[in-house]
Amino acid sequence: MAEKIITINSTEEFDSTIMKTRYVLAEFYADWCAPCRMVAPVIERIAEQYSSRITTVKVNIDEQQELAIRYGIQTIPTIIFFKEGRFASKEIGVKPLSSFVRMIDSNIA
Amino acid sequence: MGEIVDIIIIGAGPAGLSAAVNAVTRGKSVRIFSNRENYLSKAERVDNHLGFYHASGKELMDKFKEHAEAMDIKIEEGKAVNILPLGESFMVNINGEILESKKVILAMGISKIKELPGEGRLLGSGVSYCATCDGMLYRGKNALVWDQSNDAWEEANFLQSIGVNVSFISQKPKNENLSNDIRFIKGTITEIIGENTVEAVNTGSETIKTDAVFMLRDAVAPAALIDGLELEGSFINTSKYMETNIPGLYAAGDITGKPLQLSKAISEGLIAAQHAAMQIDKKEN
Repeated sequence: MAEKIITINSTEEFDSTIMKTRYVLAEFYADWCAPCRMVAPVIERIAEQYSSRITTVKVNIDEQQELAIRYGIQTIPTIIFFKEGRFASKEIGVKPLSSFVRMIDSNIA
Repeated sequence: MGEIVDIIIIGAGPAGLSAAVNAVTRGKSVRIFSNRENYLSKAERVDNHLGFYHASGKELMDKFKEHAEAMDIKIEEGKAVNILPLGESFMVNINGEILESKKVILAMGISKIKELPGEGRLLGSGVSYCATCDGMLYRGKNALVWDQSNDAWEEANFLQSIGVNVSFISQKPKNENLSNDIRFIKGTITEIIGENTVEAVNTGSETIKTDAVFMLRDAVAPAALIDGLELEGSFINTSKYMETNIPGLYAAGDITGKPLQLSKAISEGLIAAQHAAMQIDKKEN
């Protein structure tokens, strides 16, 4: 299941991913963050459920500080949905599966 | 994450301990967490709990704890920060440690938490309820720790130790354990100010600039603890089996509403635990 989530290794990789894929769900997290460990299995489920329609990526904010600053990440996990390369919606903190489903469904055509 | 516990109970007052005793009686594994002294302990006299005429709240509470201890139930120190339902189970964040359980019973007592102006709007944008969860995001920045619980100084010291520039605001005298590198401000917070992120707080007499506010109360408000929980005012709605609108999540005691009485709390703890245990058995047999 985990291979359905791409780990972002650079700002360039992130930018090219959101530009070339219509829908991207990005999880901003850190290894030390307990709530991120809670949300991780939920995001895995989302990645699985929407694998044919959206690309799911993980951004480690300690390693990708430029991206964390760009998107003003103030708490983690922050999950941002990108549509055609642009910010569409976000969810902050520990949320159940239904919240992410709602966010995605309301943004995909 | 360790092994899955049958039932996690948040709160170790009469409702929580009654739930624990009844869950263990039904052969279920239990972990029970508390981080504050129970209100019952402060009651001078309780005259309406059948069989214990004239008892003091402290006497009763001591008896309840003795009963639980005799059944090998250990009350653990800890505050629930988030609960996440996963369908068949729950993940529970206790002070940054993630535990998994089949059922959860909320028995934290009455919620006296009043949200400050700006708090809800800026939660996750500089307002945080958990230093160990969000602290690293504020390394090199200014954070204000609002002392609303007995262990707030520990979290303030933690933040300072990871490189956050901490100020500590409290109405109590300065705790001797608070690091000397932390600025101590006598007072309270009346408002959190900021457009999209926290910029400052108002103390009633002055405005203090800050990048973050850690609001370390001794309990997280139920609505902030678990997303989608149905409330009525500040109380949690339950079925007659004490189950909330989230399947597998129960509530018992003062947290479910009036009457805020000992006998009701004990009964509700029993009902919640027995129903939770029955649901676990149904699924497994």
